Amino acid sequence: MRKNWWYALLLAPFLGLLYPPLYDRADPALGGLPFFYWYQLAWVIVTSLLLGIVYLATRERTRE
Amino acid sequence: MNSGAIVFLVLVAGVTVLGFLAAGWGRADLTKFEEWALSGRRFGTVVSWFLLGGDLYTAYTFVAVPALIYGAGAIGFFAVPYATIAYPIVFVVLARFWEVSRARGYMTSADFIRDRFGSRSLEIAVAITGILAAMPYIALQLVGLRTVFFQLGGIFAYGTGAAALIVAFAVLAAYTWTSGLRAPALIAFVKDTLIYVAVIAAVIVIPAKLGGWAHIFAVSSAAFAAAPKPGHILLPPGLSFAYATMALGSACSLFLYPHSITSLLAAKSANVVRRNAALLPAYSLLLGLMALLGLCAVAAGFHLTDPNLAVPLLFATYFPDWFAGMANAAIAIGALVPAAIMAIGSANLFASNIFGEFSSTRAPGAIHVAKWLCMAMCAFGLIFVLAFPVKYAIYFQLLGGAWMLQIFPSFVLGLFTKRFHPAALLAGWATGMAAATWMAIATYTPATGMSPNVTLTVFGSSLTGFIAFYALIANAIALLLASIVINRRPLQTTPSG
Repeated sequence: MRKNWWYALLLAPFLGLLYPPLYDRADPALGGLPFFYWYQLAWVIVTSLLLGIVYLATRERTRE
Repeated sequence: MNSGAIVFLVLVAGVTVLGFLAAGWGRADLTKFEEWALSGRRFGTVVSWFLLGGDLYTAYTFVAVPALIYGAGAIGFFAVPYATIAYPIVFVVLARFWEVSRARGYMTSADFIRDRFGSRSLEIAVAITGILAAMPYIALQLVGLRTVFFQLGGIFAYGTGAAALIVAFAVLAAYTWTSGLRAPALIAFVKDTLIYVAVIAAVIVIPAKLGGWAHIFAVSSAAFAAAPKPGHILLPPGLSFAYATMALGSACSLFLYPHSITSLLAAKSANVVRRNAALLPAYSLLLGLMALLGLCAVAAGFHLTDPNLAVPLLFATYFPDWFAGMANAAIAIGALVPAAIMAIGSANLFASNIFGEFSSTRAPGAIHVAKWLCMAMCAFGLIFVLAFPVKYAIYFQLLGGAWMLQIFPSFVLGLFTKRFHPAALLAGWATGMAAATWMAIATYTPATGMSPNVTLTVFGSSLTGFIAFYALIANAIALLLASIVINRRPLQTTPSG
């Protein structure tokens, strides 16, 4: 049961993305992109990494 | 014929050949339904990645998302959070669905519903919802395809693109008939490679030619402020809830669509599904970069009556002919791959869950029914796009998306709990479908058309949100009320459907 706690990591993208007032601003800009845009693009990468971590932590090694 | 048109023709002809050759991939017996429709559930991580990427990130997406940003600004960027939070859902829900489907031999979402709840009505409700949602989606792929034909001009634009569309879809139907899911899977390799090359080149070259991102944002911000229907570089506070509910609602419905289910079930293990959940966001990044091209089109000073032309026109303006031809081929092939999978997925639903008796085994003639229905779906899409203005396909698609989300409770609750009665789920579904349809029609005005969002006013305060999401709340309330009513009656051993 302990390994299921890893799944809690997957809540992060929901919290980070589903309340737009959190990131709906222009500053700080990155490479000319307003915060609104690069913040959400960064979450794409972070979510991919989180999924990779949860996958590695929860997969059953005996199979496959 | 210019070099762009030649490159375009060569690439499209090449994938057509691949589509037919795919029948020989893996030397399978394609007279078996599961081989034709799901490629025998044998795809590993790499093939699945290309197939799912080619399937979910459709040509229409790559044309319509930048078009939305070109027209309205920040609100169109909801596609990025949508295509991000969809993957934790895939990782948990769809990997679980894959496991039960493999164990019990399900080929569709409605197969699972029938087996799980023993309800023929709920099975048919789920199947019909999937088919209805897939129909306009196929039509919109044709819209994406026609955009490219307009851009290419010459013989491609003959008869407002009708001739080229008919040829393209006849060929698509032919190789889907012979090769089944293997055709789009093989073609997806070409499609995705072309899309990556085109988009990466575009986001390097176009912003540089337009003076950098800071300049693009400054210019487009000024242009938006001056427009008759103002757009916004940042989200206006009144649209926060709409933005969040559009992202969440779309993410929850993405994997209920028949084409998503079909591609997912073709994976060879649940771990392939989980690995893909971690790897598919690469396409979301691509989509996000592509979305920003909508602002490039504003900064470039394009004045388009059809915003869908924003991306093809950017390629035509800033790249040599042959490269624009390749980008156009990427979009065109990007329409054909998902269209084939959508036709197969909805044909599976019809053949497995509507046609034939209520039984856990498929009728022996199901594959023939599926193949003919697959042809019928392609023909429907073609006729719809040729006979009606594009806006009807878009309205139908908006409705389809809101309907699709209404099977979310049956699907997800069915996977994780046994507490709900099929009659209660059916009541929730019917309420959600009616609420979605009613709200969508209520937003319609001749001037602005139909809107994905509706403003509800409750106790004096109003909130603008995604129709599909509001309908899902109505669905959940009806489900809970119906559950209370049903649980008060004596327990039934065999649920009637």
